[in-house]
Amino acid sequence: MIDYVIANENVILAALSQHIMLALVPIVLGALIALPIGFLAVRYGWLYHPLLNVSGLLYSIPSLALFLIIPGIIGTKILSPINIIVALTVYTVALLVRVVADGLRSVDGIVTQAASAMGYRRIRRFFEVELPIALPVMLAGLRVATVANISLVSVGALIGVGGLGALFTRGLQLRYLDPIIVGIVLSVLLAVLCDLVIVLVQRRLTPWTRVKGRS
Amino acid sequence: MIVRLATDTPYLLDPENWTDSAVTSIPELIGTHLLYTALALVIAAAIAIPVGLFIGHTGRLAFVAINAGNVGRSLPTLGLISFLVVLIGGGLFPALIALVILAIPPILTSTYAGLRAVDPAAVDAARGMGMRELQTVFTVEVPMALPLMMSGLRNAALQVVATATVAAYVGLGGLGRLLVDGLALNQYDRVVAGAVLVAALAILIDLLAELLQRVVVSPGVSGRAVTRRARVAHPSPLTEVSSGTAA
Repeated sequence: MIDYVIANENVILAALSQHIMLALVPIVLGALIALPIGFLAVRYGWLYHPLLNVSGLLYSIPSLALFLIIPGIIGTKILSPINIIVALTVYTVALLVRVVADGLRSVDGIVTQAASAMGYRRIRRFFEVELPIALPVMLAGLRVATVANISLVSVGALIGVGGLGALFTRGLQLRYLDPIIVGIVLSVLLAVLCDLVIVLVQRRLTPWTRVKGRS
Repeated sequence: MIVRLATDTPYLLDPENWTDSAVTSIPELIGTHLLYTALALVIAAAIAIPVGLFIGHTGRLAFVAINAGNVGRSLPTLGLISFLVVLIGGGLFPALIALVILAIPPILTSTYAGLRAVDPAAVDAARGMGMRELQTVFTVEVPMALPLMMSGLRNAALQVVATATVAAYVGLGGLGRLLVDGLALNQYDRVVAGAVLVAALAILIDLLAELLQRVVVSPGVSGRAVTRRARVAHPSPLTEVSSGTAA
């Protein structure tokens, strides 16, 4: 195992960095897209159910299928990394729209009324009152999306771009466990690490959630 | 989008591929895919539901149920499949094990969460009425936990459908064959046919599971009965729980 890692350090590091890129770019894009959509779903109540139904359907599409349908829709090459990024962005948006909408809906009406009475206008009230209150729910969703994305990236190896997934296909071809184990361990560690980072960010951003005795 | 995909994909629309005589007949692939999915789900449910009920009812080993979800989600499916294939060897067996392993966490976690969300007063009332422990579990806790348990089964089904597609790479039959073989042969229309069919199958299963959920969940639990009888403003607490965690 150690020998394998030492001998293939460069391959593993390249796979890892591609993995990180393929997993995290969609998270950022997805969060940026989901935020306004989730806001609209709450602002215009009639949009809520249709939007959630569509997200639910999108989320149920298997990853390998989505990776391969996307080039047919947006016209990229079938082996392009953009397909993976777009597909994972779709999943992230589908998951986060619901979370953003539910988070914003959980904000107590009395709080928003109080903010309005204090002179907060719509936009400022959204960013300074509603968003912070909804943040714990949203970040919980972001954790799920991040962990799911990190594990999904490796499926991309079947179409040639899969970060650590390349180690799995190589291990399969060579009937050799070492690269597979290294890939699984790194993928899981990456997921745990990103999860931890989001938890720490949440603690910093929402210190009031700890006051009640909840960690 | 669907129209464009369909016109771009002679493979999907070629009637030849839908007949039984074709080498990879589409109905047969769908059947195989469903068979593996059902098999993996049944085995996973047979393992995860009893364990989940035990943990949820007794509260013992709760960390197992809580962490199972996270572990299951972070485990790369292709990695698990490759690992099992290299470890055990070719054939159906390792791929099926992978499907079962990946279907267990969502069922286990949601069964546990469903039981935990049951109002303890209802459980106490059942005990006060003289019900035995097992009776309490199956006549009080399970019906009230069903919405969450069903959404766990639904997630597991989707997970299995998706993973079975990936498992075509190690030789498992089913619709994934179209994707993997199409890629290997550079036949994009075959790939798209497979992708569209897999997506449609997953969406169909999702919708059917939702329908099933409505049928099996007692109206008293889902809140439908309350709104029908009298417009009382206290829907069942469970409906909120289930909609909140289904994501």
